[in-house]
Order: sequence, then structure tokens, then C-alpha cells
Amino acid sequence: MNSPSSTPAPSNGLAFLLKNRLYHTLSEVGDAFRLLAETIFQIFRPPLQFDLLMKQLLFIGFNSLSVVLVSGFFTGMVLGVQGYVQLKPYAVEGSVAQFVSVSVVKELGPMITAFVLSGRIGASITAELSTMKVTEQIDALEVMGTNPVKYLVVPRFLACSFMLPTLTIFSTFAGIFGGYVAVVTLFGFNGDFYILQVQQHLFIGSVFISLVKATSFGMAIAAVGCYKGFSISSAGGAEGVGTATTGSAVISLITILVLDFVLNHILFNLLGLS
Amino acid sequence: MISIRNVRKSFDEKQVLNGIDLEVPLGETLVILGRSGCGKSVLLKIIAGLLSIDGGEVWVDGTEITKLKRKQMNQIRRKIGMLFQSAALFDSMSVAENIAFMLDQHTDLTQQEMRKVVDEKLKLVDLDGVQELRPAQLSGGMRKRVGLARALAFNPEIILYDEPTTGLDPVTCNEINELIRDLNKKLQVTSVVVTHDMHSAFSVGTLMVMLHEGKKLAYGTPESMINEDNPILQQFILLGAPDQILNIDEPTLKKYTGRSTE
Repeated sequence: MNSPSSTPAPSNGLAFLLKNRLYHTLSEVGDAFRLLAETIFQIFRPPLQFDLLMKQLLFIGFNSLSVVLVSGFFTGMVLGVQGYVQLKPYAVEGSVAQFVSVSVVKELGPMITAFVLSGRIGASITAELSTMKVTEQIDALEVMGTNPVKYLVVPRFLACSFMLPTLTIFSTFAGIFGGYVAVVTLFGFNGDFYILQVQQHLFIGSVFISLVKATSFGMAIAAVGCYKGFSISSAGGAEGVGTATTGSAVISLITILVLDFVLNHILFNLLGLS
Repeated sequence: MISIRNVRKSFDEKQVLNGIDLEVPLGETLVILGRSGCGKSVLLKIIAGLLSIDGGEVWVDGTEITKLKRKQMNQIRRKIGMLFQSAALFDSMSVAENIAFMLDQHTDLTQQEMRKVVDEKLKLVDLDGVQELRPAQLSGGMRKRVGLARALAFNPEIILYDEPTTGLDPVTCNEINELIRDLNKKLQVTSVVVTHDMHSAFSVGTLMVMLHEGKKLAYGTPESMINEDNPILQQFILLGAPDQILNIDEPTLKKYTGRSTE
């Protein structure tokens, strides 16, 4: 028998809210992939504006170098200290260089670089593009016959995809060096032995894994940053820009973590790389 | 030059334009009037191809633009210049780079040739010596002038103005109105102006249309609009327009606005 009241039961209300939220999220994911597809299509449509690409390469790469080096260096130092302390009770502290280098190359190098850039570059891309959206600058580009995806998204996407692996190489070296400084100065570890161990345990496959991850993270940061910048409503105003920027940083971080898991599964489990 | 036929547009559940028909003949300046949220700017963005429509047709210079692909639409857009409400100048570029943007993107002109066009367009809008300044260093009126110079850079046949005098002081408003009128005379362009400013509307318009609740309430010359016997239109015009423009009699003014000329 039907209830005389027309008010939906609380469980129905919750189900409705969840359904709406799911629909909204799926629709956003769909829009983000549509933008990604359009970006990839525009990359292969000449002409590529090298001046815009160079500007982004400099902004993303050169300006992020110092923060990436410092982050990598201290991550390596922490790993060195932790590794030495944890391995010492089992009398295998001699493997600390292997521990540091493998961790930094395969996992922490790309991850730390991606985290730094998602906060620094991803948020900055979103803030810039969303401000352009609310001040009608993106509409102005359209009216002047310039495709905003080609003009704004393509250079940022390419620069992030190229600079993230490049910066990861620097971050990885800084990390290994950080580990060296930590264990040699704090625990009197033999420096030559550290370097020898790193050389023995660093394989080209590991570097390949690192670069594949870094490139994927770079693409994800640019795609999320640009999508969040473009998806703001023109009437969003300053509040909308703030919300989009915060959202971009959070979604980038989550995307990097999920992507890292997926790539680890594919590279190590399915493809059997090590 | 511009023909809008039975255009419908809604955002989510809200019907903004509901079967609008309009004609803007070559060389005329159409002013779109209406209360906030009635779809004036939406209509302007539809003409510029920035918004899609739910139904109807939009013809610009003999081409139906609503079903065009981006590449074909971009060809049409080269005939259109648009002055945005906030001027929409690119913050990261200088004034000269802003004005030369379209030339840089779509022509093979040398830097020197572009520089010449920039100087010429700045002269048209009565500005000089600001080429190297950034948009943030300009006043509101100067930004609008630079926005207009940028809209003129590709020698458009159609100019769209989105609230050109909003946020400006009365003297600057008057200067912008004169500028629009002068440009229309000098360049023989077809213009569409969205405005709330009745002084501006009567100053620049050769045709007017009033939108109300998504429909066309009235359409005609400024004189015919003043004489139109429609209370909504009359109230809108009389509350905003200076009496000397309307030359209206005391009882009519009082009837619609409660205002007196004395």
C-alpha cells in the first residue's frame, strides 16, 4: 500500500543524491576525456606554435627545477636515514644504496616530481585558464578564429609531458645524491661502495619505467589542469576560479596515485618488467 | 546582413530565447534592449558563433552559421569583430600584441606591417602611445578603446558590441558612443549593440529591438520605439533615457514612470 505522504523516504533521497552525483562525475570524466582527445588531435594538426611551446617549457621546466631538486634531495636523505636504520638490525645496511636508488628511480622520483608539479603547475594552469574564461578572453580567442584548445591546451600538454620526465631525471639524481650525503655523513658509510651499489642495481628497464610513469603523470597534470580551467562557468567569478584551482590540485594528486597503481600493475605484473 | 529566424535557446530548464526573429540590414546599427537576464548577450554570442542554439537559423552574410564546422565558422568570424563587456584583452600581452593578435594568427604580415596596422587602428579609436602598455595599466575607457581597435584589426564587416559603456563614467560613455557612431559612418559596417544604457542606445542605434521573457517585444527605428504603445517597452525606455532624447510630453512620462520633467 502506498504511503499517503508525498515526501520521499530518506533512503530514496540519498539514492537520488548519489545517482545525481554519479551522473555529474561521469559526465565530467566524459568531458575531460573529450578535451584530451581534442588536444591529441590538435597536436597532430599543423602548425605547432613553437614560441608558445618554448614559453611553457621554460615556465614548467626551468622555473620548477630548483624546487624539484630540493624535494628530490631531501626525499633521498630521508630514504637513506630510514633505510640505514631499518636495515641495520638485520645486518644488511650495506644494501642501503640499492634501497635508495631502486626506490627513487622506480617510484619516488616520478612521484615526488609529479606531486610538486601538480601543486605548482597544475594549479597555475587552472588558475590562468579559468581567469581567462571568466574574463571572456577564451571567447575572444574563439571570435578571432583561434582554437583555444590548440592555442592554450596543446603547448601546456606537450610541455608537461616533456618536462615531467626531464625533471624526474634531475629529481632522481638529487635523490640518490641525497641518500649518499645522508648515509656517508651521518653513518660513516663508505661513499665508493654506495656509488658501486647504485651502478650495480640501476638497470635501463628501471629508468624506462621511471620515464613512462613521469610522462603519464605529466599528461595527467596538464589534462586535469586544463580541463578544470576550461570547465568553469563564465559567471563563476573569483570564487569559481578558487574552487577550480583547489579542485585541480586535489584531482591531480588522486589521478597521479591511481595512475601509479595502474602503471605499476601493467609494467611490473602484466609486462613483467623489473 | 544578419538574419535570425525562430531562434530558441535554453540553459538547463530555463528558456532564454523562445522563437526570436530579427533582421539587421547592411550598414545598420541594431541595438538590443531588455532587462538583465533576458538573453541579449546570449543572442550576441549566438551571432558570433560562441553559443549553439536549440532550434532555428542564424544567417550571417548569406551563410547559415549554426551548422558550420569550426574551420568554416572561422572563415565567417574573420568578417566579425567583437567588443566584449570587459574588453577581454589578453593580460599576458601588450596593447600592440593584443591588436595584432588576429593578424599574427591568420596572415603572413611582417612585424613592421602589423605595427603599421596597430598604429592605424589605435588612431581610429583616438589612442596613441599606449602600444607597449599592458592591459592592467589602462583605464576602463582605454581598455574599451583598445578592445575596439582589436575588433577592427581584421577590417570586419560586422561589429558586435556587448555593453560597450558599462562601468564607465558619463564622459567616457559619451566618448565611446561617439566613437561607435563615427566608426559606423567611416567604415560602413553593420553593428549589433547590446546595452542597458538608453543614452547609448538612442545615440548609436538606427534600429532597436526589445527582448522580454525570451521573445521579441518590439522592433523598429528609435522613433517608432518611442511611439510604440507598449507599457513594458515604454517604462524601460522612459526610466532610462534622457528626456531631451525622447522629447516626450508630460502626461506620457508621468503615466509610465511617475516621473516629471519639471
